Amino acid sequence: MIDVNALIGSYPFRYVPHPDPDVLTRVLEREGLSGAWVGHLPSAFYRDPSAGNAQLYTALAPYQPTLRPVPAIRPDWPKWEQAVRTAVRAGAPAVRAYPTIWQFGPHDPRMRELAQACGDARLALVLTVRFEDLRQRHPLDAAGDLTAAAIRDLARCGPGVRLVVAAAGREMIEEVHWGLTPEEQRRVVWDISWIWGPPEDHLARLFRTIGADRFVYGTQWPLRLTQAPRANLALLPDDVAGKPLADPDRLFV
Amino acid sequence: MSPVSAPPLGGPEPLIDVHAHFHHAGGPRADWAAVNDARFRAGARIGITYHVASVLGSWGFSSPIYFPSPRDVTAGNDAMLAIAEREPACVRAYVTVNPNHTAHAVQEIARCAARGAVGLKLAASRRADDPLLDPVCEAAARHGLPVLHHVWQHRTRDWPTQEISDGVDLAALARRHVGVSFILAHIGGGGDYLHTLPAIADTPNILVDVSGSGVDRGMLDEAILQLGAERILWGCDVTMETGIAKLMGFEAIRLDAGQRRLIRYGNAVRIFPAGSFPLAEPAPA
Repeated sequence: MIDVNALIGSYPFRYVPHPDPDVLTRVLEREGLSGAWVGHLPSAFYRDPSAGNAQLYTALAPYQPTLRPVPAIRPDWPKWEQAVRTAVRAGAPAVRAYPTIWQFGPHDPRMRELAQACGDARLALVLTVRFEDLRQRHPLDAAGDLTAAAIRDLARCGPGVRLVVAAAGREMIEEVHWGLTPEEQRRVVWDISWIWGPPEDHLARLFRTIGADRFVYGTQWPLRLTQAPRANLALLPDDVAGKPLADPDRLFV
Repeated sequence: MSPVSAPPLGGPEPLIDVHAHFHHAGGPRADWAAVNDARFRAGARIGITYHVASVLGSWGFSSPIYFPSPRDVTAGNDAMLAIAEREPACVRAYVTVNPNHTAHAVQEIARCAARGAVGLKLAASRRADDPLLDPVCEAAARHGLPVLHHVWQHRTRDWPTQEISDGVDLAALARRHVGVSFILAHIGGGGDYLHTLPAIADTPNILVDVSGSGVDRGMLDEAILQLGAERILWGCDVTMETGIAKLMGFEAIRLDAGQRRLIRYGNAVRIFPAGSFPLAEPAPA
């Protein structure tokens, strides 16, 4: 199993213990995970994420193929297309984008261009609904959660698009999923890092209604405890326990 | 779910969830019984020895969750006591009250303590530092009940549907009632726990429970650093997967076995009435 929602680097709004690739590899081993798609957390907040991407490639080089880089690309930045080509050459499985942090609206054409360019390059696009609970955010962290409308818009922009949506909860997942055609639904997978388990059993309900094959494993390390998604799967009721999740390496198959 | 014979995810030692809830037919949810069943199912898989639980009135059906009417308070407590009486091996009840109806609250504490309630649950009907809570806490003291107080970690403004309290507010109340143990609810349940921990550090009769959906890395480490294991209680609230994740997290940050026992059950055995948890007693040193 692969963790599609891991990051390295510091977070601007609170201290995060040792967010380093060496520690991440030990955590993956403890959790029984075979690898991770890894982003660079500070890059989400850089005006130009290019330098952060360079740091990411350098930091992960000794750990490939276990830790695969997922660079951040701003589609309103000059020569962003070149960054996509660099990502392909670096062996990235995906690209990260943060439209709310960059103050893009939910129907911004630049995000559609990025999603299509990633799809053409057979790169998934990782979207993050949130890094922290809305109730604890720093006053300067004013971006707000990614909206369901923004996700639907990107899922509709072309057959080659593949979205990995991280840190969504049940309501958002249902709103997006049932707002798409069956063909569009197949372009979106969801990580399980923020979905509630028992007694509300949101994860079990989603497995029954949408299908376990629309979900991938994600932890949002180093911000969150990696044990939570493991526990969530272990606490599934009998009828959905053991259902295989989607393989993030086969999103384009 | 794994076979019944599988070892509990949380290990074989006693485990007390000090922050649980149950639903009942008088609430707004058609699936209330399934949610209760799910708590028992997951509790068995985790290895929870005791669910210490409350019902907040009608859960919003006929009066607001955090401002329950006296009639709903009584009905909710009756529903909670009925579950505890039906499941005496693994469920204990809090009595919930609304301090704005002070006489009713005090009577309700006496009535429910007589029926076996082991703690007092205060939600967000009145700010914790308000003098109106004094007779309620005096009643808790008379019956030897700890007080679980719903808290927003760092109250920076008013929030809808609640008259919310934070660590500073609860510390003011706890300093007026030094003979009562207070449980500051769900440090993972919303707001900034990094504000809460120093706010209560010098008020030793406040413990925290770790429940809530938040599983921030660093939260457990900070709680240990600022309060010590002897002031931390284990709990789930409405997300049991985050509860067991935090139990695993305490292992990952290398607490020793004695510290883990305190958090799992030792501190609860110490602050709840004697005899509340026979399967977990005596408390570890």
